[in-house]
Amino acid sequence: MSQENNSAPDIGFIGLLRWGWRQLTSMRTALILLMLLGVAAIPGSLFPQRNQNPQKVDSYFTTDPTLAKWMDRFHLFNVYASPWFSAIYLLLFISLIGCVLPRTFHHLRAIGKKPPLTPRNLDRMEGYRVVSSDPASAIQLSSKWLKRHRFRIRIEGNSISAEKGYARETGNLLFHLSLILILDGVALGSLFGMKGEAILNVGDRFINTPTSYDNISYGKFQGQGSLIPFSLTVTNFVATYDPTTGEPSDYVLTTDIANPLGTKAKQVIIKVNKPWTSGSTKVYLQANGYSPVVTVRDKSGNITFQGPVIFLPQDANLSSLGAIKIPDMSPQIGFIASFIPTAGSSAARGIFSTYPEVLDPRLVLSAWKGNLGLDSGTPQSVYSLNTSKMTKIGLKALTLGSTYDFGAGTITFDGWKSWVNLQIVDDPGKMYALFGAIFAILGLLISLFTRQRRIWVKVGEGVEIAGLAKNGIPGLEAELTALARALEEATGGKE
Amino acid sequence: MTSTNLAYFSNGAIYACLIIFTIAFFAHAVEVSWSVKNAESNDKTEFDFTKTQRAGRIGTAMMILGFGVLAVAVVTRGLSAHRVPWGNMYEFSITGALMLTGAYLFAFAKYKVRWLGLPVSISVLLTLGTAITVLYRPSAPLVPALKSPWLAIHVLAAIISGGVFLVANLVAATYLVMERYESKGGRPKWAERIPSLDSLDQLSYRLVAFVFPLWTFAVIAGAIWAESAWGKYWSWDPKETWAFITWVAYAAYLHARVTVGWRGKRAAWLCIFAGSTFLFNYIYVNIWGTGLHTYSGL
Ligand code: HEM
Repeated sequence: MSQENNSAPDIGFIGLLRWGWRQLTSMRTALILLMLLGVAAIPGSLFPQRNQNPQKVDSYFTTDPTLAKWMDRFHLFNVYASPWFSAIYLLLFISLIGCVLPRTFHHLRAIGKKPPLTPRNLDRMEGYRVVSSDPASAIQLSSKWLKRHRFRIRIEGNSISAEKGYARETGNLLFHLSLILILDGVALGSLFGMKGEAILNVGDRFINTPTSYDNISYGKFQGQGSLIPFSLTVTNFVATYDPTTGEPSDYVLTTDIANPLGTKAKQVIIKVNKPWTSGSTKVYLQANGYSPVVTVRDKSGNITFQGPVIFLPQDANLSSLGAIKIPDMSPQIGFIASFIPTAGSSAARGIFSTYPEVLDPRLVLSAWKGNLGLDSGTPQSVYSLNTSKMTKIGLKALTLGSTYDFGAGTITFDGWKSWVNLQIVDDPGKMYALFGAIFAILGLLISLFTRQRRIWVKVGEGVEIAGLAKNGIPGLEAELTALARALEEATGGKE
Repeated sequence: MTSTNLAYFSNGAIYACLIIFTIAFFAHAVEVSWSVKNAESNDKTEFDFTKTQRAGRIGTAMMILGFGVLAVAVVTRGLSAHRVPWGNMYEFSITGALMLTGAYLFAFAKYKVRWLGLPVSISVLLTLGTAITVLYRPSAPLVPALKSPWLAIHVLAAIISGGVFLVANLVAATYLVMERYESKGGRPKWAERIPSLDSLDQLSYRLVAFVFPLWTFAVIAGAIWAESAWGKYWSWDPKETWAFITWVAYAAYLHARVTVGWRGKRAAWLCIFAGSTFLFNYIYVNIWGTGLHTYSGL
């Protein structure tokens, strides 16, 4: 290959890169990317997202598996973490930096500079007029007036060029730089943050290690070792309800927190809008429900299971559904059960809950025997029973303290506990995002409400004035009229 | 008055508003359509201002009265529940209608756009009508998730922005209708008194430019609240997603005008599109959507 052949595409390639960079960092591209991001956000609000509503995603897979598989291939169940969404986000990020940084330097240099020269033909400008004023004093008078109205002025021979509203560009740049800060904060949070959930019964103790969580996810660069070592004991949980509507009015969670582990525990109250905070880690109260407490005995009276079982609320009156599994009996025993905090009944609906607080509880059980399928390898939900290898042996509604004899043993409804779902989040980027947001609003206000305009005064045969308002912003006419009047009055007064 | 009485009083005031805004609607309709005396001849149009001026004044009086009564309804609703009056969709709607009327009265005082009373009064009527029939919920305390000072700040900013966005949309829609008439040979008689295309175009832009920072603030306040309530300041919940989309759409509108120089028809369509994303968020996501943001009480 000859050298020419090698170098020509080289220059072409660099040229191409340069061309590409200029395209990418043009405002037009940035705006198109921004709009693309808006459009790309839509599918995530129409289809269920795996991290928000996994059950609904599963139901797509059961009703139409082929369609669901294709949708999954395009990341439609995980839009906001998908490669195509991230690509738009990253390109926008680069584009913004490439667009705004040069402008910032340019603006900083322009701050000390004088306004541009007066154009030759003022009569082509907006609000052009000839003022009947004394040409001798016109320059001095108008420069005084313009200074008083905080214009920057440049006097060049017999003309003045004045400009006002530099703050517009300052605000504009502040706004766009803040957008970069927000994007930084978001990135920081998702790369170095952590988020997890834990369900605890009243009385349980939680130690902040990965194994204590029901689910936990880390940012790419966040190791497990960075969890802050605290322990939290749930001492009490009280939910109050409005007696007429049954709607919740307050949740109060009382905890003892030792931070770090081993120090003396302090009592901490956590409420829905009041998380517990330590550094950039916060503990939120997210959800709550009931765990019925049961004792299961085999035929000879030995206890095979005892304790609270977490049930999931199904409706506003907290009818709760769950599964009690006893693998240590043979055959294995399982119950599909619902916990009714305040029982009511009707012919049509059977037993149902009439109020979310526990006033008159029932535990409705259907008992099954056979193989629970726990060692089949596929993980099972703790809230439901896989009855494919089981047979039903009975159905019973228990009141508090009563016992049901299902043949192979007995189950006693001993009581209930409340459970709470805690969300534990560590987001080191959010302060940057917050400051970015605050500066963005400030910048936006400054740039939208500053009027940038120029005014020129030229003394020749007569006194000519004219102006130019950026983006045709109104108010220039009035300003020119005021200047003209000031000039005319001053001359009039002298005569 | 007891809480229950206050709530009944508030409901009564809403019904009164339905009547007042109906009168306002007809008064504005009369004003706009009857201003021409000899509608038959095309070349010699005469206006009978004495007749229609009165209708117009009645219309404005009714809008002011409606605003006052609606304000009372909203305030008593809040008092009856001992909290700010925007805890469910019924309350968002009546407070939103109040903001819409307020935005109109502001625009009227500043730009003398009385004719806008026609689309505004019909929008208010529709909003209040749906609110009291479909969305109504008895007055009750807040669910725990809403117990936060951010409720007052975030939702109020959003409702005010919504009111002004709607007015801007009505102006843009009027622009499009007038533009169509003019391009087909001229406006009909009833539309003679609606301002020029140019001022319609400017008005909708100014309304948007005026509330865009407030809308930005509403979104950010929402993020701050989300951080303190749910643990994440942004979780792409449908409501958040659509608030973002609305924001992008209005940012596009502002850029299209300021930096690309769009005016007229294209700008009006873009304005209406942006406003529709707001409405979509309000109606669709509140009623059919899922997510953490479902406080509509439906
Ligand atoms: C994220 C959403 C954005 C919003 C809400 C937004 C908002 C605005 C607003 C309101 C203005 C008008 C200020 C003026 O009148 O000069 C403006 C101007 C401007 N924006 Fe944006 N912007 C956004 C994104 C971007 C991006 C991504 C870029 C570039 C990479 C950009 C570059 C500019 C430039 C250069 C101007 C000045 C235009 C001029 O002076 O004529 N904007 N922006």
